[in-house]
Amino acid sequence: MKKLLLTGILLSGLLFPLSEPLSAEPFHHKVDSLLISTTDHKKFKILKQDFKSGPEVTKACLTCHTEASKQLHRTRHWTWDVPMKKGDRLGKKNVVNNFCISVEGNEPRCTSCHIGYNWKDKNFNFKSEENVDCLACHDMTGTYKKLPAGAGHPAYQTTVFEKKTFPKVDLSFVAQRVGHPDRHNCGICHFEGGGADAVKHGDLDNSLLKPDRELDVHMAIGKKELNMTCADCHKTEGHQVPGSRYTPEAHDTHGFDYPLADNNPATCSSCHGLKPHKKLKKLNDHVARVACQTCHIPFIAKERPTKMWWDWSKAGKFDKNGKEITIKDSSGCILYVSKKGEFRWAKNVAPEYSWFNGEMNYTTFKTIIDDRKVVSVNHPDGAANDPLSRIWPFKVHRGMQPYDPVLKRFVKPIVYGPKGSGAYWSDFNWDKSIRKGMENAGLEYSGKYAFVETEMYWPISHMVSPKEKSLSCRECHSRSGRLQNLSGFYLMGRDTNPFVEYFGLLAISGSLIGVIIHSIIRYFTVKKLKKAGGK
Amino acid sequence: MKKIYLYARFQRFWHWTQFLIISILLVTGLEVHGLYNLMGYENAFRIHNLSGWGLLGLIFIAFFWYITTGDFRQYLTEGNLVEKIWMQVRYYMIGIFKHEPHPFKKNEISRLNPLQRITYLMLTLVGLPSQIIFGFIYFYFNELVALGMNPAWMEPIALIHTLLAYLLIAFVIMHVYMTTTGHTLTSNIKAMITGWEEVDE
Repeated sequence: MKKLLLTGILLSGLLFPLSEPLSAEPFHHKVDSLLISTTDHKKFKILKQDFKSGPEVTKACLTCHTEASKQLHRTRHWTWDVPMKKGDRLGKKNVVNNFCISVEGNEPRCTSCHIGYNWKDKNFNFKSEENVDCLACHDMTGTYKKLPAGAGHPAYQTTVFEKKTFPKVDLSFVAQRVGHPDRHNCGICHFEGGGADAVKHGDLDNSLLKPDRELDVHMAIGKKELNMTCADCHKTEGHQVPGSRYTPEAHDTHGFDYPLADNNPATCSSCHGLKPHKKLKKLNDHVARVACQTCHIPFIAKERPTKMWWDWSKAGKFDKNGKEITIKDSSGCILYVSKKGEFRWAKNVAPEYSWFNGEMNYTTFKTIIDDRKVVSVNHPDGAANDPLSRIWPFKVHRGMQPYDPVLKRFVKPIVYGPKGSGAYWSDFNWDKSIRKGMENAGLEYSGKYAFVETEMYWPISHMVSPKEKSLSCRECHSRSGRLQNLSGFYLMGRDTNPFVEYFGLLAISGSLIGVIIHSIIRYFTVKKLKKAGGK
Repeated sequence: MKKIYLYARFQRFWHWTQFLIISILLVTGLEVHGLYNLMGYENAFRIHNLSGWGLLGLIFIAFFWYITTGDFRQYLTEGNLVEKIWMQVRYYMIGIFKHEPHPFKKNEISRLNPLQRITYLMLTLVGLPSQIIFGFIYFYFNELVALGMNPAWMEPIALIHTLLAYLLIAFVIMHVYMTTTGHTLTSNIKAMITGWEEVDE
């Protein structure tokens, strides 16, 4: 019904000429609860039982939504595995990152963000239907939280983890109050990726739960604001969420996807079209070479600092009493912890820019790396002379991480685990934790480790500013603007040709000097002639 | 000394309008080029583009006027052009300091000396049109690339446009200075305002 209403609204919008500027009418019109769904889950007897575990709830869900788990089995949310064209396997399960380095070996900690239960180690059964976690995404109460190190399970008993209390979750209460995923459902993983709020993406953090329009013009909450949620752009059919970072669409040439979503509906052009600037039409000349995000997201981490630097090589220092150290700055950002090393943070920071054609070049655990320079864990593919490439904004997260200096490959240390397991966060022995991790993954390890500087590119798409706050021309069209490091093309206002400039200077100064000399000679000769004439 | 009517009302209107538009184009163009910050890139960009259209329009009107009135003949020369130009150049380099008379007398039938004739003709037929053409190629770059133009031409086109602008500034400097070489320092400029010029008898 809601969908029907929305389609109706969008269709009636289409009756107006498309050149009409977008109005700030709320995207979600207020409807009473009856109009939201034909089903009241509080009326189902099967949901009123005393659930002992998450999988029990899922079993109950599956009695009506019989194919739901099979749909979810096909998602990256479930597999954490993305096969790529060149044969590489990406996805959270496989990639190297320069935050916690690798999922494999650290499953119970990492899979607190998996949409399933029980992914403790590499023997997880990806065919299990009851291990799909429905509530993580469909809980409307805000009381359902997965334990940080529970392999995807919530707290069945009140649990304390790292000084935080996780109260026992009332599964029956939650199961009766399910609905379409809202921003807090997505946010619990995507806002808090990397272990805490705002760490990873730079353009996704908990400030998006209740943003004002300066922070995010689409998701802004309040009167006359659009009030859009994640799923309004990541418009999902059959649980397949579009808009993955692993297969991004850097250059949407299709345009409008509404009212018929016949292409990737998560791109800007899906709603704004391919000629989005109605008043200053000349701005549309940028569309072919500059991503919308580049101008319309002038700053990231607008409210909360995001992590910019993680130096694992500094980890493992203790105070005089042999106790772990934690150093925080005045705003509460952690600058050092013994377990993880040194951090740097930045708030309201300008992104970095790169040509991007949608293909990310990933370094895997099998890639031979060049340790003489900064290693790109991933690097956007693209160039000025590639017509598919556009200039995109990125958060670049840098740091130092362990690698094998003999085999020249990244290593997978086990960081999370009990004392004596070899896990770094318990035993603080790199060699042991790397050895265990590589053994677990079936990868070769020379027995030597060192640290190499790495960088990781995170494409930016959220925290879109109101149009008045988008980048002004001069931010890029100037001698030392935001694009000064991008080469291979002529950029008006930034680029000059020394020959043209010097020749121009010569012509202008030459004619000026010539004119001045000529007038001086004229002045004196005329004076002389007058004198002579006077005599 | 006598006064003669040299410049018709349209010619004066054309001259000063062109002066105004070219000044605006230079000021805004160099700002867009990144040499200084005066009115802001956005404004400079917009005014530059509008002025480009203005100059194009004005040139068409001027062509129409010159062709229909036949006044274009004022820009044509006969006989040995090189010799005539050399006489004029020699005057500016030597004769003027000796207070020699101008080698070519001005009158209603012939108001321009050979050097002026060839310079203005080249400016109007070659210089400004090519600057306008390169400007418009730049303006319609996306459309032209869509029609098959090589995108790598962006840089040479922009550079030629910039170079021609610098040369135009050099021309304006010399042109303004030359106005002081008339009967009196200001007689040429006065003529371009009122139409009437004081000339030697």
